[in-house]
Amino acid sequence: MIRLERRPEPSRAWTLATPFVAVALTMVAGGLMFAMLGKDPVEAIRTIFWDPLFGDFASYSRPQLLVKAGPLILIAIGLSLGFRAGIWNIGAEGQYILGAIFAAATGLAIYPAESWIVFPAMIVAGALGGILWAMIPALLKVRFGTNEVLVSLMLVYVAEALLASMSLGLLRNPEGMGFPGSRNLAQYPSAANLDLIPGTGMHWGVALALIAVIVGQVVMTRHQLGFRVRLAGQSPRAAVFGGVNPGWLIVVCMGISGGLAGLAGMFEVAGPAGRLSIDFNVGYGFTAIIVAFLGRLNPIGILLAGLLMALTYIGGELAQLQMNLPLAAIQMFQGMLLFFLLAIDLMTNFSFRFGRRATA
Amino acid sequence: MSNIDPILLLSAIIVVATPILLAAIGELVVERAGVLNLGVEGMMITGAVCGFIVATLTGSPWLGFAGAALGGALLSMIFGILTQLFLSNQVATGLALTLFGLGLSALLGQGYIGVKGPSVPDVYLPILRDIPVLGPILFRHDIIVYLALAIVLGVWVFLERSRAGRVLRAVGENHDAAHALGYKVVRVRLMAIAFGGACAGLGGAYLSLVRVPQWTEGMTAGAGWIALAIVVFASWRPGRLVLGAWLFGGATALQLALQAAGGVQIPIEYLQMAPYLATILVLVILRAGRAPGSLGRSFHASS
Repeated sequence: MIRLERRPEPSRAWTLATPFVAVALTMVAGGLMFAMLGKDPVEAIRTIFWDPLFGDFASYSRPQLLVKAGPLILIAIGLSLGFRAGIWNIGAEGQYILGAIFAAATGLAIYPAESWIVFPAMIVAGALGGILWAMIPALLKVRFGTNEVLVSLMLVYVAEALLASMSLGLLRNPEGMGFPGSRNLAQYPSAANLDLIPGTGMHWGVALALIAVIVGQVVMTRHQLGFRVRLAGQSPRAAVFGGVNPGWLIVVCMGISGGLAGLAGMFEVAGPAGRLSIDFNVGYGFTAIIVAFLGRLNPIGILLAGLLMALTYIGGELAQLQMNLPLAAIQMFQGMLLFFLLAIDLMTNFSFRFGRRATA
Repeated sequence: MSNIDPILLLSAIIVVATPILLAAIGELVVERAGVLNLGVEGMMITGAVCGFIVATLTGSPWLGFAGAALGGALLSMIFGILTQLFLSNQVATGLALTLFGLGLSALLGQGYIGVKGPSVPDVYLPILRDIPVLGPILFRHDIIVYLALAIVLGVWVFLERSRAGRVLRAVGENHDAAHALGYKVVRVRLMAIAFGGACAGLGGAYLSLVRVPQWTEGMTAGAGWIALAIVVFASWRPGRLVLGAWLFGGATALQLALQAAGGVQIPIEYLQMAPYLATILVLVILRAGRAPGSLGRSFHASS
């Protein structure tokens, strides 16, 4: 007879091994899935995981790795803080959109004046947009006890409608021949978020994401906030007795994650995307949730997970072009990855025992 | 405003509310068993695509609805196995289920975009349908509208009046005590999760076969999340669930009617926000009742 027994402490070996095992299993299961749909599984897996780095168009897609990993890592670092404390901000996608709207509006308000102040002003506006949007679920939870999962998620749909309204109305390019979408900020030198080293995809947002990883690591391991977050996550009651104000923690965690999501939106609209449009958001806010879990809610892990997820994004686009797979298929892949990760997590906290339980 | 016919509007509310009601009543049973499945959106959209494919291939919408319920239940079993046997975090697993469902449905439905499915006939209820005012509002719908209400009634009877329902509630209130009494906690929860998946699948198929009726990627557009919100709003009681679904159906139907009526100064995008803002507003105004005691917690017999 096989029994599960809770380990006294989570296994360190399994904590580290889990993401790798999960990725391997996802490739196998994903391949089977593609085979069932009549696509060549080997080609599909190679297109998604290999070609972006080493395929024929790798010189184009390699810089894209950083461009896509930047926002994912930035958002996931913020989310991981709340997730550790048991605060579920699921609406990072909305905060990302609001950051982009605020930043674009700020930049366009100053257009076409050139000044060094434009870019910093947009950064502040972007962070502010994300924080304000995140404060709605945070304050409602603190004041009325509403569920932050549902409220933050509902606000994603509101943000998408707001984005559509902005790119069709207030922020529409007056010289755009009536097409939806704002002016191209990447062509406005004071506002443009260009590659710091041309051709690498390394823009200010990626740099900030790397800084966030380091700061996140320091905060989690060395700072009072990290201690409070971990305490609240492990035992909310103990945290209250230990002097942690739960309301304060909610506001801080939601604020940080909202602010970082807003910044990610800002760097995206000023750089790679260039302009606001109806389909500006591509689900970074949702994928970042997977990145946070895949990275074990640990900053260094998130860095690696973000790069892997960016790879699947680019691979997904390639698969769409070359194999006629729908872009959303990549979401299925990402969901599957999270399934395997959560399933194997059992090994971290439990051990298998064979034979009967010894009587005490 | 004068272009809006109140009878048509009320009739539309019932239709708009049906998919949300179906998904919500399933989730209500799941949560009463102490499980929080945030994957409703994923199960709904999988039901939508399964229902549409089966209905198109067989030409029968009823087989389509059956296929949707089966698809939703099968998908929910991924969640069930992970959370009940592998003891995974329910919030994270539910989110993964939603992502997976959205992707899977896009992949399955690839060849069905723009295809026209078979139509679902309205039930012909003689006499009743000819009652002025009430007839057009209540008695000129398709059979799924009545099925949804029947399921709600059935769930109420099950939870409040049957022995099995009491076991399910006991499992949800305190799984350790229920286990000590000899009830099979994991088995009860797996059955509840499968029921929830089947209901969400039916709700999704109602969108793709009746309301829209077509298959488009991401067509549920948050309906599954609204269903989750309604369960909280209803304080986990079936009766209030119907009220909640009609309230949100009302917000959606009204904004659609306002769009169609034209002459309104509000841009369409702001009208589209209405159902989501209404959901938040109701969550704030109506303090939820007490949630089932073991909601969202993993159960492990030896701990």
